[in-house]
Amino acid sequence: MKETAEPPPALGAALTPRKRRAVTERFFQLLFFTCAAVSVLTTAGIVITLLGETIQFFGEVPVLDFLTGTRWTPLFASQHFGVLPLVNGTIAVALVAISVAVPVGLLTAIFLSEYASVRLRSVVKPILEVLAGIPTVVYGYFALLFVTPILRGVFPQTQIFNVASAGIVMGFMILPMMASISEDALRAVPRDLREGAYALGATRLEVVTRVVVPGALSGVLAAVILSVSRAIGETMIVAIAAGLQPRMGFDLLSSMETMTAYIVQVSLGDTPQDTIEFSTIFAVGTLLFVMTFVMNVLSDFFVRRYREAYE
Amino acid sequence: MSAAPTAAAPAPPSSTAAGVWRPRKTLRRWLGWAFQGLTIVSTLLGLALLAALLFDVFRDGAGQVDGHFLSSYPSRFPEQAGLRSALLGTLWMLGLTAVIAFPLGVGASIYLEEYAPDTWLTRFIQLNIANLAGVPSVVYGLLGLGLFVRWFGLGRSVLAGSMTMALLILPLIIVASREALRAVPDSLREGAFALGATRWQMVRRTVLPAAAGGILTGTILALARAIGETAPLITIGALTYIAFDPQGPMDLFTVLPIQIFNWVSLPQKGFADLAAGGIVVLLLVLLIANAAAVALRYRMQRRLQ
Repeated sequence: MKETAEPPPALGAALTPRKRRAVTERFFQLLFFTCAAVSVLTTAGIVITLLGETIQFFGEVPVLDFLTGTRWTPLFASQHFGVLPLVNGTIAVALVAISVAVPVGLLTAIFLSEYASVRLRSVVKPILEVLAGIPTVVYGYFALLFVTPILRGVFPQTQIFNVASAGIVMGFMILPMMASISEDALRAVPRDLREGAYALGATRLEVVTRVVVPGALSGVLAAVILSVSRAIGETMIVAIAAGLQPRMGFDLLSSMETMTAYIVQVSLGDTPQDTIEFSTIFAVGTLLFVMTFVMNVLSDFFVRRYREAYE
Repeated sequence: MSAAPTAAAPAPPSSTAAGVWRPRKTLRRWLGWAFQGLTIVSTLLGLALLAALLFDVFRDGAGQVDGHFLSSYPSRFPEQAGLRSALLGTLWMLGLTAVIAFPLGVGASIYLEEYAPDTWLTRFIQLNIANLAGVPSVVYGLLGLGLFVRWFGLGRSVLAGSMTMALLILPLIIVASREALRAVPDSLREGAFALGATRWQMVRRTVLPAAAGGILTGTILALARAIGETAPLITIGALTYIAFDPQGPMDLFTVLPIQIFNWVSLPQKGFADLAAGGIVVLLLVLLIANAAAVALRYRMQRRLQ
């Protein structure tokens, strides 16, 4: 950003200073517009790369087989391209994750917005935010080598790679996001409503559970949806701790493969790039992109709703 | 939680023998305390997990970190292995990502804050940036694989990885920079215009210097995110075993989190400890980055006051 205001001399020589300045102005406006347009190009790039390969893939595998099949064995001799086991694994991990992140996150948000002093909040919140900054590969390590042994101590049938430990740890990774979006929503509930409830003789618990949380419901809902979206897209924790077994069912103590873990598995393997096996990762990626996109839009809708209501 | 008070409500207010009305204060107060306790326990749970994680990692890994660990290449033998190539790869990736993402991100936010008219196109760009922030990182990896590795023909190079990473952190830089630009009071802009400045002169001499601190802080935090990202780089095909120093942007590379991932996936006990050692180094790098961002923000705040 250290450019001089003057345009290059070759261009400037023929122009009056006023015109020169106008050219400079146009140049920078165009330059900055181009930068902003890169974001649109990124989205276009994502859609085009994903769709291009996916359409090729569906040239060989019928869409319906892909979306409804319950066997996923593209890397075996007898190939089946039913994606449901991967979706099943993804949902299983996400369910565990949000059943940790949502209650703990919401209660934390309530503590921070309704109970904690300003001072305590200013200490606790940044520390909690550290959880969101820790690289996911670190969580994967922690899930595999700390949480899994504990689970195996309690439930001896637990497999080394299992859904539960990956999901629990993922829940704590999502926790700061869940807590901070919910807290914003709780704090947006106007003071008058709280004071009205207190004036009617409500205790603090009653104010929280019957006025504040219901008032912030759409914001809390947005946080929940965004948490699910994050859990579905999270990769390294599941690639490390949840295993690589495409499987139907909800046995949380067993190993399951998620969509994201499958993409990592193929990327690390020696599958030749121009094969149908390899193009599966783009088909799976497209499905992942669509799922998270729908949820992000939905969550955005709910955030807007509470903003409209109170701001 | 909300069920309990409801259940208490139908019972008529208990009265003493004297017939004086008494609300059920004890029960309600007790429930209130219990709930407050629950919220405290939840908050502590998050903090406790963070403590357990850091304790576990440092207990296993702190002993690993020494000169040999930092300066050796990876190896089949845990006692000889180090993360030299991963550390250098991370530095290369970080530098290139910064060079690509910083001007793009700042340019985009200047456009959106200082130039953009309120049209459907502007709103579309904004919506688009918000959506990009929610795209899973592994999908960026697929984009990088299709676009940079194959179509641009960059191969599995540091440059392809950095371009992928730059797109990934671009929304973060834009959001932070826009916030910094928005914090600059309009009176400064009007003053510049009143003196006859053109829009670009106003931006360059008035707004950017005032917003520089916020922009740099946001950029550092976004880069910190790039340091820890693993999935997109694995997807574009970054290798897990590199036994040479990357010399240029077209070289093959690996980064710290990929090296850690590789060690975690190896079954022998020695490698798990190496992974912990790698994590300690990774967390220290992140700590330095974050400390730099905090220090910068603090200095800028003081200067503005």
